[in-house]
Amino acid sequence: MSTTELNEQVIHVSAEDRALIKAVGHGLPVVSHPYAEIAKQLDTTEQDVISRLQHLIDNGAIKRYGVVVRHKELGYTANGMVVWDVPDDRVEELGMCIGKYSCVTLSYRRPRRLPDWSYNLFTMVHGSSREEVTKKVAEIVENCNLQNIEHTILFSTRRFKQRGASYTEKKYTPREETPVQTTAKDKSRRLHLVK
Amino acid sequence: MSDSINNFSTLEQHLLNDYQRDMSLSATPYADMAKQLGVSEEKILESINSLQDRGVISRVGPVFRPNRIGVSTLAAMAIPEQDVECVARIISAFPEVNHNYQREHEYNLWFVVTASSAEHLDIVLYEIEQHTEYPLMSLPMLDDYFIDLGFNLKMSATK
Repeated sequence: MSTTELNEQVIHVSAEDRALIKAVGHGLPVVSHPYAEIAKQLDTTEQDVISRLQHLIDNGAIKRYGVVVRHKELGYTANGMVVWDVPDDRVEELGMCIGKYSCVTLSYRRPRRLPDWSYNLFTMVHGSSREEVTKKVAEIVENCNLQNIEHTILFSTRRFKQRGASYTEKKYTPREETPVQTTAKDKSRRLHLVK
Repeated sequence: MSDSINNFSTLEQHLLNDYQRDMSLSATPYADMAKQLGVSEEKILESINSLQDRGVISRVGPVFRPNRIGVSTLAAMAIPEQDVECVARIISAFPEVNHNYQREHEYNLWFVVTASSAEHLDIVLYEIEQHTEYPLMSLPMLDDYFIDLGFNLKMSATK
């Protein structure tokens, strides 16, 4: 499958907005007039920066605006990605039910990749310990009536990277021109990415 | 450094809990916080810098909705234990990768890749496979059922 199926939702972003998104992507400067400082970098005015950001909030490009906390440093040391194999016609209903819990921070439908991967609903459950996460998942199963839905908890054991997304555009050479080295491993692999 | 929320000062707890969403877009957001919390602006700047230095907050600013201004996917790889660290480092080195976690499962490396277009994303995924020499499974978000209200921290000292 290609990722082009996601294109419908993508908002057209001007070059100016893209530069702004890049400038604020890793956070506002911690100074008295943060937008004036960003404006200086982008060679525009403070008011222009503020109204562009307001526009990105209004059109839904920005989901949340404020302090972004890191759960682990706040004592929520255990996070379990809980994946569920839900009948297709019930994903929305159950996704909404699970997403309501305060310990849950994500509830997404994603594709199955059969035969390797059969789970189609992804939720993130946070807690102060593994036991607490497991207990919360049991509560969710009980309250949302998920007893017959197969699920598994993938606990994180190490964080290699966590930061805001970078939306920088890049120029790439076309794929055909990229020299591809075939290794012995290739033969035994199933590539999900390339059809 | 896993502090409990109650190890933070009352001011820090307010900064952590009260401003996760709908922060004002005024020209002086920190002065606004100072006024609301009854402290000086310098104190706010100092506290935010300190929380950032200690890794408690990753930033102050926007959280972008997935797949609106860019295209992203969650990718998973099944890597033999002895190779995980090395493969994870290669993956983290890509600027398009913003989250990268090891998890307990046959698929043990999970990371989010965000790019400016679907084509850019496909190329990055392809390059990751080439550089790491392992196949990846791409699981793009199809629907979002979560209304993001920020993370509710349980505090004893404040509301």
